[in-house]
Amino acid sequence: MPNFIMSYLGSTVTPGEAGNQFWALVYILIIFAGVSLAVVAMNWFERKALAHFQIRLGPMRVGPHGLLQPIADAIKLMLKEDIIPAEADQFVFWVAPLIGLLAAFTVYIVIPFGPSQAVSDMNIGVLFMLGVSSLGVLGIVVAGWASNSHYPLIGALRSSAQMVSYEVAMGLAVVSAVLMTSMNDKGTGTLSMIGIVEAQQRQGVWFIFKFFPLGFIAFVCFVIAMIAETNRAPFDMAEAESELTAGYHTEYSGLRWSLFMLAEYAAMIAVSSIAVTLWLGGWLRPFPNLLQAPAWDFVFSLFPGLTFGALAAIAVIGALRMPAHFYFKVQRIGLAAFAALLGLIALYLLVIAIAGRSSDATVAARFRDGIDYVYWFLFKVALFMYLFIWLRATWPRYRFDQLMRVGWKVLLPITLVVLILTAVVGVMVS
Amino acid sequence: MSAAAKDDTKENARDISADAPRTISSHLDLDTPEKPYLDSNELIINMGPQHPATHGVLRVILKLDGEKVLGTECVIGYLHRGVEKIAENRTYAMFNPYVDRMDYVAAVSNGLGYCEAVEKLLNVEAPPRADYIRVILTELNRMASHQLWLGTHALDIGAMTPLFYTFRDREEILKIFEKYCGARLTTHAFRIGGCLYETYAGFEKDVQKFLTFVAPKIDEYEELLTTNRIWLERTKNVGVISGEHCIALGVTGPVLRASGVKWDLRKAQPYAAYAKFDFEVPTGENGDTYDRYLVRMEEMRQSLRIIEQAVNSIPEGPIMAKVPKVIKPPVGEIYHSIEAPKGELGYFIVSDGSTQPYRVRVRPPSFVNLQALDVMVRGLLVADVIAVIGTIDIVLGEVDR
Repeated sequence: MPNFIMSYLGSTVTPGEAGNQFWALVYILIIFAGVSLAVVAMNWFERKALAHFQIRLGPMRVGPHGLLQPIADAIKLMLKEDIIPAEADQFVFWVAPLIGLLAAFTVYIVIPFGPSQAVSDMNIGVLFMLGVSSLGVLGIVVAGWASNSHYPLIGALRSSAQMVSYEVAMGLAVVSAVLMTSMNDKGTGTLSMIGIVEAQQRQGVWFIFKFFPLGFIAFVCFVIAMIAETNRAPFDMAEAESELTAGYHTEYSGLRWSLFMLAEYAAMIAVSSIAVTLWLGGWLRPFPNLLQAPAWDFVFSLFPGLTFGALAAIAVIGALRMPAHFYFKVQRIGLAAFAALLGLIALYLLVIAIAGRSSDATVAARFRDGIDYVYWFLFKVALFMYLFIWLRATWPRYRFDQLMRVGWKVLLPITLVVLILTAVVGVMVS
Repeated sequence: MSAAAKDDTKENARDISADAPRTISSHLDLDTPEKPYLDSNELIINMGPQHPATHGVLRVILKLDGEKVLGTECVIGYLHRGVEKIAENRTYAMFNPYVDRMDYVAAVSNGLGYCEAVEKLLNVEAPPRADYIRVILTELNRMASHQLWLGTHALDIGAMTPLFYTFRDREEILKIFEKYCGARLTTHAFRIGGCLYETYAGFEKDVQKFLTFVAPKIDEYEELLTTNRIWLERTKNVGVISGEHCIALGVTGPVLRASGVKWDLRKAQPYAAYAKFDFEVPTGENGDTYDRYLVRMEEMRQSLRIIEQAVNSIPEGPIMAKVPKVIKPPVGEIYHSIEAPKGELGYFIVSDGSTQPYRVRVRPPSFVNLQALDVMVRGLLVADVIAVIGTIDIVLGEVDR
């Protein structure tokens, strides 16, 4: 491998901090591609999981177990006629999905997948994250307004009111987490996302468990607010299929519509990442303080490989269980190839975990650590993604006024009290 | 034809196509606002006829102040097929399948009402065994109708999953129908004078199996919804209507019973074999959407009770009364009504002594119940309109006929 790649793999700081613009660009590209891929995967997984909640099979025809369905959908959406209603405000209509998409993707700049696996470690990371993610509502409002139609307008109005009110509770919950970072030896807190995870590492506790139950309450409030913020069920008032046909994107079609979907799922992953960073220890592996021995480090470093191994095993079982009919022959081969790919990844990760451990070379060791960090981060985010689907499958939709009531009369007071109590307890402890 | 007459025709044609008023007459004062709508205080929205939650092709014109509903206007007729008029050109037996196409989710009930009305007109009585078969199938159909209602109602309120659970279980009922008469939805299960088909071998066993299968499933639906906080908030005190209001508007069925009026035609004027069975008529107290939900859930359980009793005590005997090959009722008129899943389903038939009815007038429960929509939703929010349309449980095939 060329030298500069190796030198970067051994780096201990983010590209932003190192002032390495080339690597920053590479990181941005990786994140952009990764998030887009994750959205595609999430699309498939949501349909399958939702289907299984609802005693259906979900997509089964395009590719083995519908694995190629998102690709088919993407092609379909791209080929569809792109309609701009005659009465719409053309330019604003055109630019609205881009605003949403931009806001959703920009948040990823500050999200730390590992201590050095982030584009930039901003010292005001949390502030940046809150600011940019709330820009997403602008895309929705503008889309609803530009459509010049009733349902989108109502959807947009609902969405803006909803986001503004949940932003407050969300912000207060975040502040209480930020406050917890200041309970260190120096007595100073940090707004840096990496700094927050490092504070959890230093204090030996994830903030969800800190000052129990204060951290936990703040976490739950944040999760509720973040579901509302991303317009997901049971707070999907802005789309509310059964009420507003499709809400703010009723008039959108084809690629533009898919940009909204992309933005929605990217925003879901983004807010989940924030929750993971602030309360669930970001890239830290589980039980960092209880199971400290290096042997445990080794055991936990096997998890990435084992996860892919399990996925490969599931794919193998799926391939074996394919019906004998000729139609499924291609599908079986495809699924087997997919299983082989997953198996190879698993093998590679296991080799890295074991070999990286024995080698003293800093670069290899850091590379192995990097994989662990990213793995644990994504693992926790994936749990949130499942939560999103689970909620969608289980609950009815809130009504608009009830949603506002929950936001202002329930979440806001709770987060305020938690914030004050956190400060008081923090002062008393230190 | 003279030139003048031709011109006249032309003019008339243009009148209809171009100059006909575009707005419909309405109590909502739907004049186009002179200002663009963003500046006006009131918003007039067409909900439907293409809308995911208006249960078909119902069009509701909403007058909104923000999200608050100031008034509604139902525009119906998008599914009008002239069923009542068709009846005047068909013999009594030929018209029988048509009634299935009105409330197509409860086709068996429709057929029962029509057959019994004509039987009354003919002065014949279906044999006891036929009555029992009718009760079993009708109550199964009530289950199916309520299950479909529950699924779609929950979907309207945003809970996707119950829909699939109820459809899974409704499937078992449709299978029984299919085995009995070959059709699943528009069954044409009964004939004037009784039933055409004897029960198939294993009918009782199938029904018993269904009873044990579905009882825990009803608990399963309730588990998802009854104590769910969001469900409670979305349905309690939503679409409240008092018993007096219901009676004044002619509302019947579960909607009426949920408002505290204990009126069920199965008890009040028993038809078929209902007098022989022991069952409760559930009623609500508040007349809100939640009570209507509870009443229907309880009705499903009561239906199971009726089916169980009927299956266990079904008598042997003929299934068809002596009915002439050519049905020619004496001159006269008859009104007969039954308790369909959605309310009182009445048939008013006038006979002029010929083989075809002189006039058939159907009193469909959905059509009458839909009147209550405006009373129920005034002052509520847009989301509640959807919930209330769902809770009235309309089938547009029946509303428009």
